This record gives sequence, structure tokens and C-alpha cells, in this order.
Amino acid sequence: MDKEIKQLKVSAIRNGTVIDHIPANNLFKVINILGLYRSDNQITFGTNLESKQFGTKAIVKISDKFFVDEEINRIALAAPQAKLNIIREYKVEEKKKVMVPDEFTGIVKCVNPKCITNNDKVKPRFRVISKKDVSLKCHYCEKITDQEHMVFI
Amino acid sequence: MKNKSLISINDYTKEEILRVLDLAGDFEKNPSQILLADKVIATLFFEPSTRTRLSFESAVNRLGGKIIGFSDTASSSSTKGETLKDTIKTVSNYSDLIIMRHPIEGSARYASEVASVPVVNAGDGANQHPTQTLLDLYSIQKTQGSLENLNLFIVGDLKYGRTVHSLLMAMALFRATYYFISPPELKIPQEYKLFLDQHGLKYYELSDFKESISEADILYVTRIQKERFSDPIEYEKTKNAYVLRNKMLQNTRSNLRILHPLPRVSEIDTDVDDNEKAYYFTQALNGVYTRQAILSLILGLKN
Repeated sequence: MDKEIKQLKVSAIRNGTVIDHIPANNLFKVINILGLYRSDNQITFGTNLESKQFGTKAIVKISDKFFVDEEINRIALAAPQAKLNIIREYKVEEKKKVMVPDEFTGIVKCVNPKCITNNDKVKPRFRVISKKDVSLKCHYCEKITDQEHMVFI
Repeated sequence: MKNKSLISINDYTKEEILRVLDLAGDFEKNPSQILLADKVIATLFFEPSTRTRLSFESAVNRLGGKIIGFSDTASSSSTKGETLKDTIKTVSNYSDLIIMRHPIEGSARYASEVASVPVVNAGDGANQHPTQTLLDLYSIQKTQGSLENLNLFIVGDLKYGRTVHSLLMAMALFRATYYFISPPELKIPQEYKLFLDQHGLKYYELSDFKESISEADILYVTRIQKERFSDPIEYEKTKNAYVLRNKMLQNTRSNLRILHPLPRVSEIDTDVDDNEKAYYFTQALNGVYTRQAILSLILGLKN
């Protein structure tokens, strides 16, 4: 029951998606990556909530929005532990985990200042070479960007 | 390989690499084959590289093709602010293949994505220079009879050296054993050691090559650039430790050959030049045959 009460710190939704276990300091990165700032759906979010896993966490609830996997997996870099709850008529219909995809376009910058993506209007594109401690190989300059050096666009 | 851009040595499989080398051998026997008589090749050099450009232009000329292009940005439209994309799209209309050198890393891959004709990367910053790697492989194969299971000594700037990294990766296909010899400031980066570990290949890191040199099949020497050192005194102290001199070659294998991507400054003493094991000038000649092979394969004139 405790869990229920905690969740209700951010009001329940009838239909839609709840993204839970976002690291608190990456909430706005997640909002950015998903383009939620330009969404017309009702969105509520809470941050600096208690979490056993991270100390603090953030949560986002989006009404009447159901993401396709490709779309949601884009947040894997900012919230690799995120869990999704698909809500229908106030009930959790399905639970999903975020999966790190094999390739990325956009989202983060290439670490190499001499890379074409940092010098021209070319979207960064990466192949994921490690999914555990996420590290990315630039499709263009072939340099590796690791988790520590990831800068979100 | 027809119509496929060559941007990185990793774009070619082992079989494709061997096909290039095989065909390069044919061109060495018979260099003047008029295969490109109706072809226009663009050489776009956004930064000067006389050696590479002349080698490509020699290859095109020996194949009877025509060349358009520029050899530095002062005479190109990029000084007027034209984007790389626009230049490539325009030149695609005028040519059958684009050879490009550019200081920005990844520019060649990007160019191949916007061009309607194949692109051959002639060097994109510190990233890739695949035709150099292929001519290195041709030189190794030709002098050793095979590329398999060789002792490859790589000397000099192993940290920033583009040719070193591409050669290292290509030779992994042929199960080489690696000996890395460099000043501590210019050691081989961790990611390449990881790559060799993953492929189960042996490597040794040495601080000088005097004792182990008797094991070498290939000695690949690269230039140590002064600007890589934060402390100029350190540069002066270390540079002499990595100079190859003729007397050091006394107890080496008879099949040993010395390669260098050129330009050489002082890292190989000129007294080595007359040793039969010095191969770097022939290596440069091999570049023409290798590039003839690459161009005729991509244009579908050989298969």
C-alpha cells in the first residue's frame, strides 16, 4: 500500500504511460528527448522523489500517449533503468523496460571536437558498442563517446 | 565493390582487400591500361597533400581518365562559404567518382551519403586513410609473400598516427603479432589494445627496439611530431631513441622490410636508404598500382 501512496504524489492517470525510475537530475533530458515540451497531452511529473535505487528519482505521466518501442528506447542514455507502466482505466496493463538500441541519431553530441557533426549541420549518429556502460561509436569520425563524456543535445 | 564508396578500411572484407591487392599486382605488371577513357574523376583536396594527390592523379592518368578538382581551399568555393554538402552535390554532377581529402573527421562518410557518385576517402583529419592502408598491405604481401602470421613492429607516434590505427585493424584479419615501440607520451591507445584482446591477438609494448628487432618481419616507422609534446625538452630527449640507423639492422631477418608512410623527417637515418631492407620508396610506388586497382573496381571496370 505504501507504494500506492507514494505514486499518488503525482496524480494518477486514466489512460496513458507512466515513466518511472528516471534519475532525478535527468528528468528534463528525458522530457527533451521525447519532445514532451511540444506535446498537447496532459502531462504531470514529479522529481526528487524518494527512491531506494537512486536516492532520488523522477516520474512522468503522460495521458493518452502510448509510445512505440523505438520512440521510448531513445531515453535509454539518460534513464537506462527507467520502467514503463502502460495504464488503461487506472490499471497497469503492461510493464516494460527501456532497451538500449543498436543505433542512435541525435540525442547526444560526439565527443570529438574535430568531428563533422560538431562542425557542420550534420546530425550525430552512433552505433552502440557497449550496452552495459553505454559507449557509442560515431558513425562519421569513428571515435568513441563513453557515458562519462555524453553531452545531451 | 562496384559503386561502393571507400571511406574506412573497415568497409572492406578480407576477401575484398585481397581482391584489391591481387588486382594491384596486375597493374604492377601492366601499369598503362586505358580503362577510364570516358571517365571524369574529381580530386577535391580541402587541405593540401601533394603526395597523396599526385599518387591518385598518376593512377587516374595511367588509366587514361580525366581529372577535375582543386588542391587547396584557397581556390575552391568553400572560401565563399559554400557548405560541404553543396560542393559534393555539385561535383557529383560533373564527375564519375570523387576523391576527397578534408581536415574534418567524418567528412568523407558524410560526403558519401550526399554524393550521387562513389567517394574515395583520401584522408579525413586524424580518422581514416584507407588507400594508404591498402598500399601498406600490398607492400607487406609483396615483400613477405603472404600477409598471414607476421611479426609487425610499429614504431613512433602510435597515439595519433592514423595510418598506424588502420594498419593495426587490417592486419588483425591476418593474425599478426604486434610490437609497439613508442615514447610513453605516444603509446597505443587503450581502445586498440582492447580490440586486439577481443580478437585474441598477441601484442607487446616496448620502449625501444634494439633487442627485439631481430624478430621483426615488418618494421613500420612513423614520424614523431614535435607538436605532440607539451614539453619541448622532452621531445629533444626522446626523439633520438626512436631513430632507425643502418647499424641496428645487422642482426635482423633477411625477409625484414622497413616501411614508412612518408614524409620522413629524421626517424629513419639516410644511411638506411641504401640497405636492401629499406622499402619506403617502393612502397610509395605501390600506392599508384593499389589506387589503380581501387578506382577500376569501384567504377566496375574490373571485378
